[in-house]
Amino acid sequence: MNIRNDFPMLTKDIIYFDNAATTYKLKEVINAVVDYYENYSANAHRGDYDISLKVDTVYEGVRDKVKIFINADNTKEIIFTSGTTMSLNMIVFGFFKDYLNKDDEVLITKSEHASNVLPWYELSKEKGIKINYIKLNKELEVTLDSVKSSITPKTKVISIAHITNVIGDVRPLKEIIEYAHKNNILVVVDGAQSISHMKIDVKDLDVDFFVFSGHKMYGPTGIGVLYGKYDLLDKLKPIFYGGGMNTSFTSNQETSYKELPLRLEAGTQNIEGVIGLGASIDYLNKIGLDNIYNYELGLKRYAVDKLKLLPNIIVYNENTDSNIVVFNVKNIFAEDTSRYLNKYNICIRSGSHCAKILSDELGIKNTCRMSLCLYNTKEEIDRLIEVLDKDIIKEIL
Amino acid sequence: MDSNIKRQIMLENYTNPMGKGLVDDNSYVTIRANNESCIDDINLQIKINNSIIEDIRFDGEACAISTSTTSVMIKLLKGKTIEEAKNIINNYEDMINEKEYSEDILEEANIYDEIYKQPNRIKCALLPWKAIKEIFNKLYID
Repeated sequence: MNIRNDFPMLTKDIIYFDNAATTYKLKEVINAVVDYYENYSANAHRGDYDISLKVDTVYEGVRDKVKIFINADNTKEIIFTSGTTMSLNMIVFGFFKDYLNKDDEVLITKSEHASNVLPWYELSKEKGIKINYIKLNKELEVTLDSVKSSITPKTKVISIAHITNVIGDVRPLKEIIEYAHKNNILVVVDGAQSISHMKIDVKDLDVDFFVFSGHKMYGPTGIGVLYGKYDLLDKLKPIFYGGGMNTSFTSNQETSYKELPLRLEAGTQNIEGVIGLGASIDYLNKIGLDNIYNYELGLKRYAVDKLKLLPNIIVYNENTDSNIVVFNVKNIFAEDTSRYLNKYNICIRSGSHCAKILSDELGIKNTCRMSLCLYNTKEEIDRLIEVLDKDIIKEIL
Repeated sequence: MDSNIKRQIMLENYTNPMGKGLVDDNSYVTIRANNESCIDDINLQIKINNSIIEDIRFDGEACAISTSTTSVMIKLLKGKTIEEAKNIINNYEDMINEKEYSEDILEEANIYDEIYKQPNRIKCALLPWKAIKEIFNKLYID
């Protein structure tokens, strides 16, 4: 079985190392989306005719696949959203806006993605809650001890990424959550960078909210998931009201809304996205998340070992246990490096990677990020090394 | 001009730019120049005395094109009057945007006359020039 045959984009002559931004799409995902449009194109939860019923069955079938994939208790705990950003905004403005009081504290880190920073900033302006940062260790990682020392009696929620998109450190979630719960603190986890790279078990983690996006797991753009423990999710107020989420309303403004999960899915949903997501989950299950994790970590170690042999390269996250390698070429601006690599059809990312406050800690504002995934190979890394081992400055203009 | 020579001049200005490093002096006006579509982000300082540009400084992180053109711009605008500088900037912008322009007054800045061939670098080439123009507009509204 050759995994690389499963991704149409891999037939192009491009080495793609920007998988933390978005991954290539599976042929099976594309087929599932096309199949929906060509063979049973109808709305969900609406019609009395066969093709609509088929849409219902497939759509709700994917909800069940997600439930099993992350080991949730109940399909009612699985809400389809447009992605991680929407999920986090729903959690902050639909749940924590009521849950938190003035002067309550939220703990995040400086390596969070903008989508796990800015909603909290806005809530802070609105409600007067405080935002504190968990201190990062020398390697810019979060440890249980740093969490413990950052908690105060006012801390009510910790909101962090499972794996950060900048440094790629895997946070010790289980220990953090266990400790947080002992102190009546809820935990929100941004799983965008972990969902397709390691096995997620929301029950084992005992996490309160867990969110992720389909497009970073070989699925379609515009689809994501919000998981919440039932009792918490049931208190999350809809941000959107309209069709599909109500049971009745009268001219006297009496309203009643549906049970979970449909109450939080107003309007016609991204049906093709849900169906495509189902196909990507099937694929990840087939390959096995443990196999994927080990393969990608092996690739990362291989890349770091090779990069370290080049005298002009600085690697910033040698020891993290995930698929991300962060580096710079000495004396060359990150963007010039990534544009240089583009000349050789190698795609990496330069910048602050949407974590604009991390530069406070890192002392370097911009880096090159290479994010690996299951279809990358050692041969591709060898090519990168070969291209980086040139007199780059001569070619950046 | 041969494109290798142009590249060589850009590279010299990138690796050894004129006016690098800000000064702590309130006779300078400071402005931040950043591109929304990329990660170029520099601060520029300008000192104007009797309508003459006495000095321009810059610092920050930016790509080879942005950094080198900042250096070239500083060399070109220092000692000029605001009116002369405005004229130079307008001609430079016209060159970048493929319009009619006067080659003579742009001197070393002519090395960017082929940037239009790389549309994704146009913003890099304009970054510091636009910022200086913005300062002029702020300082001399009429």
